[in-house]
Amino acid sequence: MTSTTATATPMVRLRDVSKVYEGRSGTVRAVDGVSLDIARGEVFGIIGYSGAGKSTLVRLINALESPTGGEVVVDGTTLTGLPERGLRPARAGIGFIFQQFNLLRSRTVAGNVAYPLKVAGWPKAKRLARVAELLEFVGLSDKARQYPDQLSGGQKQRVGIARALATSPALLLADEATSALDPETTRDVLDLLRRINLELGVTIVVITHEMSVVSYLCHRVAVMEHGKVVEAGDVYDVFARPQREVTRRFVGTALHDRPSPDVVARLRRRHPGRIVTVAVREDETTGGVPVTALLRQHGVDGTVVFGGITEVGSRPLGSLTYELVGADADVDAVVAELARRTEVVLHDEGPTAGTGGGAHEGVTA
Amino acid sequence: MNSGGVSLWPELLESLGQTLQMVVVTLLVGGFAGLLLGLALYTTRQGNLFANRPVNAVLNVLVNIVRPIPFIIFITGILPLTIAVTGASYGTNAVIFPMTIMATFGTSRIVEQNLVALDPGVVEAARAMGAGPLRIIATVVVPEALGPLILGYTFLFVAIVDMSAMAGAVAGGGLGDFAIVYGYQRFNYVATWTAVAVIVVVVQIAQLVGNLLARRVLRR
Repeated sequence: MTSTTATATPMVRLRDVSKVYEGRSGTVRAVDGVSLDIARGEVFGIIGYSGAGKSTLVRLINALESPTGGEVVVDGTTLTGLPERGLRPARAGIGFIFQQFNLLRSRTVAGNVAYPLKVAGWPKAKRLARVAELLEFVGLSDKARQYPDQLSGGQKQRVGIARALATSPALLLADEATSALDPETTRDVLDLLRRINLELGVTIVVITHEMSVVSYLCHRVAVMEHGKVVEAGDVYDVFARPQREVTRRFVGTALHDRPSPDVVARLRRRHPGRIVTVAVREDETTGGVPVTALLRQHGVDGTVVFGGITEVGSRPLGSLTYELVGADADVDAVVAELARRTEVVLHDEGPTAGTGGGAHEGVTA
Repeated sequence: MNSGGVSLWPELLESLGQTLQMVVVTLLVGGFAGLLLGLALYTTRQGNLFANRPVNAVLNVLVNIVRPIPFIIFITGILPLTIAVTGASYGTNAVIFPMTIMATFGTSRIVEQNLVALDPGVVEAARAMGAGPLRIIATVVVPEALGPLILGYTFLFVAIVDMSAMAGAVAGGGLGDFAIVYGYQRFNYVATWTAVAVIVVVVQIAQLVGNLLARRVLRR
């Protein structure tokens, strides 16, 4: 927000940040040596299961908590080591939206949105104009005089978002902002966040345990486990080629595209041929896999028996599982050709499918 | 209602006036001091705005020492202090002093209990917006808990009426004094039960007003 800040510096810079609690049951390392740069104008996701430390991490970014080690720099200001009084203006310049909305029940919708402006010392006339503008932006102009108890969950979160945007922050932190909402309302709120990023240029950090939120909204993502960032990068790269077990679990639960051992066992009862899962990705290295051409070329029949494909960062990601029926050598050739182009998983063959299956179990290329 | 051929109604009216004086002054002064003490108990709790374990422990012990003392004993026990502060050992003004002290400690717990029930999320939200702790107390903590606080103060009002009745023990005046002097000491049950009836009416009116205010604040 300050004109003196060079646009090249990241909006958020975390350097080896740690937060250690001394609890009754010993030391808890909620955040453990996290280093991250979040660029201006991007939507950055932090994904992890509960207890991974992501909520603590986001509270370190807006200085609701102070780190026990490392350095937090937001918008060019080093927050670490600032006294409480010095942190208040920094916090006022960072929007925060909560899972449980945290609206003031004793104030109207307009009163809630006006609250941060009062804290910032805006005169009344300016406050009223700004509140009207914000409620218009989130589509709640007609609810200005109502109380939070009279609103639906989605409407409450819109009020929370309007309140977070009141002082025109350059950075917005969303802590599980959609986790208390139903799927349809979640989509509306995510669309609103996307609009805020595109139209207002606000940098957004999204904390979530849902991969769908990250793949719909975020440009980059960091995966957290046990207080550490275990994987980070472009959303598509991270989810298309997960390096860590925790990331694979997120992808697996979001896509449900790969058959579990149980599913494979059931499939095999009806499909005696070789069962092969073929990854579907769209990135620089693969221009799609010509499955039909390969099958025709080698005289192999292929039947789609399982699969799932979704969009991650506006690009398709998922897999299809085929039953391949043909001469062993031909099927081997097809599998080899597929494996050259994308990730292929061979599932152990059923007892009726003959020999040679077991050796191929596992992941190739 | 007579005693020895003289009507007691003027006496009863005067006693009601004294009771109301004691109750209102105690409620205002003790209620406000109790609000501050309650806020101190709440905000010095672990993880709260002014988290301070030693201060919280000292306040807790202090409140726990004073509160269980039976009021009738408390009145006589702090008599020297009462004389030093009010210059009198008996009468309505003298008895307001111990009442206020006791009400302060009683209120502090009621206030603390209602504030502890407050969703910490709203306090965190205000902190995230850059608000300082005193502003948060004045604009978030108290307004958000106002409904239950009003009900708490209504409860306190009844407790203070109860306390005021014991003022009779030190000739403090009021309806309790009336019931002892004209009822108990002269075996006049009509006088006793008339005083009781007036107290019941006062309490009923207070409860009605408290409920009405709380309902309005809670919009239910």
